Amino acid sequence: MSKTLLQVHNLKKHFPIYGGILNKKVGEVKAVDGLTFSVKEGETLSLVGESGCGKSTTGRLIMQLIEPTDGSVIFEDQSLTELSKKQVRLTRERMQMIFQDPYASLNPRHSVQKILEEPLIVHGIGSKEERKQRVKEMLEVVGLSSYHAKRYPHQFSGGQRQRIGIARALMTKPKLIIADEPVSALDVSIQAQVLNLLQDLQKKFQLTYIFIAHDLGVVRHISKSVAVMYLGRIVEIADSETLYNGALHPYTKALLSSVPIPDPTIQKESIPLSGDLPDPSKPPQGCAFHSRCEACMDVCKTQKPTLMEVEKDHYVACHLYEEDKQFNDK
Amino acid sequence: MTSILQVKGLKTTFFTDEGNIPAVDDIDFHLDEGEILGIVGESGCGKSVTSLSIMGLVPNPPGKITDGSITFQEEDLTKASEKRMREIRGNEISMIFQEPMTSLNPLFTIGNQLIEAVKLHEKVSKQKALHRVIEMLKVVGLPRAEEMVNEYPHQLSGGMRQRVMIAMAFICNPKILIADEPTTALDVTIQAQILHQMKELNRKRNTAVMLITHDLGVVAEVCTRVIVMYCGQIIEQADVNTIFQSPKHPYTIGLLQSVPDIREKRSRLFSIKGNVPKPGSIQKGCRFAGRCEQAHDRCFAEDPPLYKGDGQGHQVRCFLHESIEEAHHVEDTITSP
Repeated sequence: MSKTLLQVHNLKKHFPIYGGILNKKVGEVKAVDGLTFSVKEGETLSLVGESGCGKSTTGRLIMQLIEPTDGSVIFEDQSLTELSKKQVRLTRERMQMIFQDPYASLNPRHSVQKILEEPLIVHGIGSKEERKQRVKEMLEVVGLSSYHAKRYPHQFSGGQRQRIGIARALMTKPKLIIADEPVSALDVSIQAQVLNLLQDLQKKFQLTYIFIAHDLGVVRHISKSVAVMYLGRIVEIADSETLYNGALHPYTKALLSSVPIPDPTIQKESIPLSGDLPDPSKPPQGCAFHSRCEACMDVCKTQKPTLMEVEKDHYVACHLYEEDKQFNDK
Repeated sequence: MTSILQVKGLKTTFFTDEGNIPAVDDIDFHLDEGEILGIVGESGCGKSVTSLSIMGLVPNPPGKITDGSITFQEEDLTKASEKRMREIRGNEISMIFQEPMTSLNPLFTIGNQLIEAVKLHEKVSKQKALHRVIEMLKVVGLPRAEEMVNEYPHQLSGGMRQRVMIAMAFICNPKILIADEPTTALDVTIQAQILHQMKELNRKRNTAVMLITHDLGVVAEVCTRVIVMYCGQIIEQADVNTIFQSPKHPYTIGLLQSVPDIREKRSRLFSIKGNVPKPGSIQKGCRFAGRCEQAHDRCFAEDPPLYKGDGQGHQVRCFLHESIEEAHHVEDTITSP
């Protein structure tokens, strides 16, 4: 059994809302509200949910790019939330991020050489010659050529840029990669290339991924386990096969049936989910999903369900299964 | 079924400092009454320029329709005056854009913007127009329509804004709706709602829809006929079942295989090698040849024509399917005495 690389415990991030004449705090958005999960070495955990569910905030919290309101992030037996800023920066050598927009995440004024060697300079790795050599190597690894090092970002297509972004994340030989929607800005044929590349790299370098996505279709091929988020909380977390074959939470079910299936012979008439995501600054009382849930009961309107193990390694936060569980326990 | 829109030999070229770029290069297609036609392709394939050409909205300069005709109800839109185009736009042909955030004016209320659309095309009182606006907002499934007319775009979510756009597009009962990636910026759950809405309106009002998208899942779900575009050309055209069950062009086949399917886990996705070429960078031969695994010498030297093979409206631009065409010709000569 491989060991746990990253542990997140009761992680919270509440953004204050300021308003009024005196600019006082008038409310808060609970972007991430009590997340607990762990990732084992060499595995992929996907965070899935609609926009505004807090999945990107979670990624940034793990990287310590923003300070959590509460909770802890333990990476390689080291609690990141207790470290000083300088120490956190040192740990980033072992955890890197891939961003969504390949057009905005590369500095247009820097050559690829400069973009790729910057992480090495920051962490003081290698001599000038060694760095140059490593840039060349890494370009080949991600499927570009070493002569691309002299070029600038605008000379590349979206897919190639995303490869540069991946190469940059791998420069310092990290263990953990947080990929924030790495393929959602790419064309279908390029998306498949980049997903395959990410999988190859994982095998080659024993990488651990946290894969943030809104597309359940993409996630299935790449993840070991999947966590579904809704308004800052995890509503279901399970092994990816278990989740796709036997989702339990009504939200996960709705999300799965909303994905268009590339087969015209299948006719879907019902709309899986009505309404919009509620305002995150005023989330519904009780279960945050009850306003859109078809199986809503009275208890859902008043009590927040807790995440509990319904089957082995299959956690669900829903009152529907709480009763089952209690019944079984008796 | 009768065609409501006929596009013949359409060429739209962008004249830039780096040379003339044929964004849309000699395309032919038709849109039938009441059908949902999907136009699929990756970025840069010319699908959006096609729709802008129909609407007469190609930015000029640098773009211009250089050849071909667009016939809408026996009228050639490429020759219509700007005044006439303004009468058609929104009234007979309307359009929904990708970005619901930027296609509404942030300074005017929802009601104001929708009333403007009505009053532009019809002589009605403001009261009557408002009444119709509220009714239309209800049709597209927006709750509290009476209050919403007094709200501003920033008060609505992305899905609600896209519904407002659909309401605006349908308010004058257009004959054709062009939807350019209407759900790309939205979440899957909202996408499902919007697609359902468009299908309903298509059925109830018999509006022909031209749906432009890169998502083959969306195409399978709503379209009746599909056009696949690549580098400004139509490379395959067929009804939706044929495209998904027996695609012919190597690009279509590759595209279908590279879509991650939620129903099964594949250890590895199929991927088409290489990148989408820049428009205008390929001068000679089949534009997909560089990425095609079945390409032979002829593909690089000659431009393949669009073979209209099986007589069922299945068209393919690929030399591999030339034989079908020939076989068909032979049959024709035998059967016709």
